[in-house]
Amino acid sequence: MNLPLYAQLINLFAALLLLLAFAMLTQRRILSLINLFAAQGFVLVLSTLVVAYSTHQSHLYYSALLTLVLKVLVLPWIMHRLIRALNVRWDVETLINIPSTMLIGIVLVIFAFNLAAPISNFAGTINKSTLGIATACILLAFLMMITRRKAVSQVIGFLAMENGLFFAATSATYGMPMVVELGIALDVLVGTLLFGVFFFHIRETFESLDIHHLEKLKER
Amino acid sequence: MELLMVLSVPFAGGIVLGFWGHRNFAPELNSAASLLTFLAAAGLTARIIADGPILVWDEMFFVDSFNVFLVALTAFVAFTTSLFSRPYMRIELDHGQLSLNRLRLYHSMFQMFTFTMLLVLLTNNVGILWVAMEAATLTTVLLVSLYRTPASLEAAWKYFILCGVGLAQALFGTILLYFAAEKVLGPGGTALLWTHLNEVKGELEPTVLSLAFVFLLIGYGTKVGLVPLHNWLPDAHAEGPTPVSAVLSGLLLNVALYAVVRTKVLVEGALGTHFAGNLMMGFGVLSVVVAAFLLSRQKDVKRLFAYSSIEHMGIMTFAFGMGGPLATFAAMLHMTVHSLTKSAIFFTVGHAAQKSGTQLMAHIRGLIDSNPTIGWGLMLGSLAILGMPPFGVFTSEFMILTVAMHEQPWATPFLLAALGVAFAAIFGKVQPMVFGTATVERLPHPPALIPVFAHLALVLLLGLYIPPYLAEWYRQAAQLIG
Repeated sequence: MNLPLYAQLINLFAALLLLLAFAMLTQRRILSLINLFAAQGFVLVLSTLVVAYSTHQSHLYYSALLTLVLKVLVLPWIMHRLIRALNVRWDVETLINIPSTMLIGIVLVIFAFNLAAPISNFAGTINKSTLGIATACILLAFLMMITRRKAVSQVIGFLAMENGLFFAATSATYGMPMVVELGIALDVLVGTLLFGVFFFHIRETFESLDIHHLEKLKER
Repeated sequence: MELLMVLSVPFAGGIVLGFWGHRNFAPELNSAASLLTFLAAAGLTARIIADGPILVWDEMFFVDSFNVFLVALTAFVAFTTSLFSRPYMRIELDHGQLSLNRLRLYHSMFQMFTFTMLLVLLTNNVGILWVAMEAATLTTVLLVSLYRTPASLEAAWKYFILCGVGLAQALFGTILLYFAAEKVLGPGGTALLWTHLNEVKGELEPTVLSLAFVFLLIGYGTKVGLVPLHNWLPDAHAEGPTPVSAVLSGLLLNVALYAVVRTKVLVEGALGTHFAGNLMMGFGVLSVVVAAFLLSRQKDVKRLFAYSSIEHMGIMTFAFGMGGPLATFAAMLHMTVHSLTKSAIFFTVGHAAQKSGTQLMAHIRGLIDSNPTIGWGLMLGSLAILGMPPFGVFTSEFMILTVAMHEQPWATPFLLAALGVAFAAIFGKVQPMVFGTATVERLPHPPALIPVFAHLALVLLLGLYIPPYLAEWYRQAAQLIG
C-alpha cells in the first residue's frame, strides 16, 4: 500500500473515531463518556482539516471551525454543567454484559462495511474505506442508545450518532453546502438545550434519570 | 411576495407571542396571525394556479401545484385549529391544567410549528427540508410535554428519541443523495436543490440512490407513523393538548409524507424500476392492517383516533407508492379529506374530554343529551372518517381501492378487511359515547364548533362534487409526481 500522506492521516483518524465509538459503547462513567464525546469531536475536526487542506475545499475550514466550537467546546461544556447541576457527575451505570455488547458491535461494523462497499467504489480516491467507518460509527452509537438506561447517556449516544453522520458527510462528499450545515448545527444545539431542560423535568417528576420510569405507556 | 408573507407571518407571530402569549388577547392574536398566514397562502395558491410553478430567491424556494396544495391545506387547518384552541385553552386554564407561562409557550410554539411545516413544504433544498423537519420535531416536543404530567413527559421523551433517531437516518439518506448528486452536478449549493436534482435524476447513480431511499423512507416514515416505526404517535397524540393532536394528525404527518414523495420521484427516475413504490406499498399495507387491528383494543379516545391516523397514512402511502395519475390524484384527495375530518374529530373529542374530565371512552357517555352539537359533530366526523358515503373519504378510498384492484390485486383483500375491522372498532366505541346516558357537565366557555362543521361541510362537499379547478389542480400535481 502506497498511499499519500494525507490519505494515511485520514485513515488514521477514521480508525481513531471507530475506536472511540467502541470506547463509548462500554464506558460506564458519565463524566468519562462526555470526555470521550469531546475527543471524538476533536478527531472529527482534525480529519475535516486534513480533507480541507488536501482537496482545497475552503468551506470545509469553516465547517471544521463550526465543529470545533459546537462539538468540542459548547456541547461538552453544556453537558458538564448539566451533570453538575443534576448531581450525577460521578454516577456509574450498570451495563449488562459488556462482552456481548462488544460482539454485537463487531458484527455491526462488518455489516456496515458490507453496506458501504458498493458505494465506496464510486467515491473519490482518498476516501475508499471511510464511508464504511462512518456507517459503523452511526450504528455503534445507535447500539449505545439501545443499551443505555440513563437519559443523559442516551442523549450522548444521540450526539455521537450525529458525529458519525458528520464524518460521513465530510469523507464521502467533502461536506454538505454551508447553509445546510449551519441549519444542522442549529438544530443540534437547540436539541441539546431542550434535552437539558427535559432532564430537569424528568428528575422533578420521577426523582431519577432512569428511563425505566418512562416505560409506562404501552398497549395493554 | 405572498411567499414571504406565508413564511414571515408565523415566524413573527411566534416571536411576538413568545412575549405576549400569556396576555388575555393572546388567543385572538394567535388566530389573527394564522388567518393572515392563511390569506397569504390563498394568494400564493391563486398565483400558482394562474401562472404555473415559481422559483424564487436564488432558487431557494420552489412552489408548484403539488406543494402549494399542501401549503393551502396546512394554513387552513392551522387557522381553524387556532380558532378551536381559543375556548379550549381558556377552559384548560380555568381547570388549572396550565399556568400562564405554559400558555405563552403554547402560543409561541404553535406559530413556530406552523412556520417549520411551511418551510418544509416550500424549500427547494433537500438539506433545508431536513433541517426544518427536525425543527418541527423540536417545537412539537415542547407542545406534547406542555402539561408536564408523568405521562406527557414520557410521551414527549419517546417522541424526541424515536423521531430524533429516525431523522438521523433521513440525514444519512440526504448525505447519500448529495453524494450521488455531486458526481453529476458538481460540489456546492446546487447539488441539493430539488429542481436541479429532478432535471438530472436519470443520471444519478442507482445503487447509491436505492440505499439513500431506504434511509430516507425509514427516517421520514418514522414521522409519518408507518408501522413498525409508529410507537411514538399514539402517545404523543394522547398526552398533548388536543389542538396539538389535531395539527399533528392533520398536518405534520402529511408534511412528512410529502418529503417521502418528493424523494420517491427522484429515486424512481434514477432507478427506472418500481423499487421505491414497492417499498412504500409494503409499508402502507402493513400500517393499514396493524393499525386497524389495534383500534379495537383502545380505551383512550385520543389514542383511538391516533391509530386511525396511522391507518389512513398507510392508505395514502400505499396510493402514492402505486403511482400513476389516478392513484396519485386519489392520494392527494385523501390527504385533504383526512386532514379536514381528523382535525374536526379531534376538536369535538377535545371538548368531549373536557366535559367529562377524562379521555377514557368508558366514562364519556351521552354527548347528544348534554350538548347535541358536540355529539353530532363526533358522530358525523366518525362516519366520515370511516368512509361512509357521501363524505369525501368515501370517494378517495373508493378510487384508491379501484386502482388497487386493477394494478395491485394482492393488496385489496388486506385493505378491505382492514377497513371493515376499523369500521367495527370505531363505530362500536363512538356510538355509546354519543348516545348513552348522559354523565357530562357544562363547560365554562362556549365550545368552538364552527371549525368542526366547516371542516365536515367541506368534506361532504368534496364527496359530492369536486370543483373543476380543484380537480384540475390535483391533476397537474399528479402529473408532476407521476
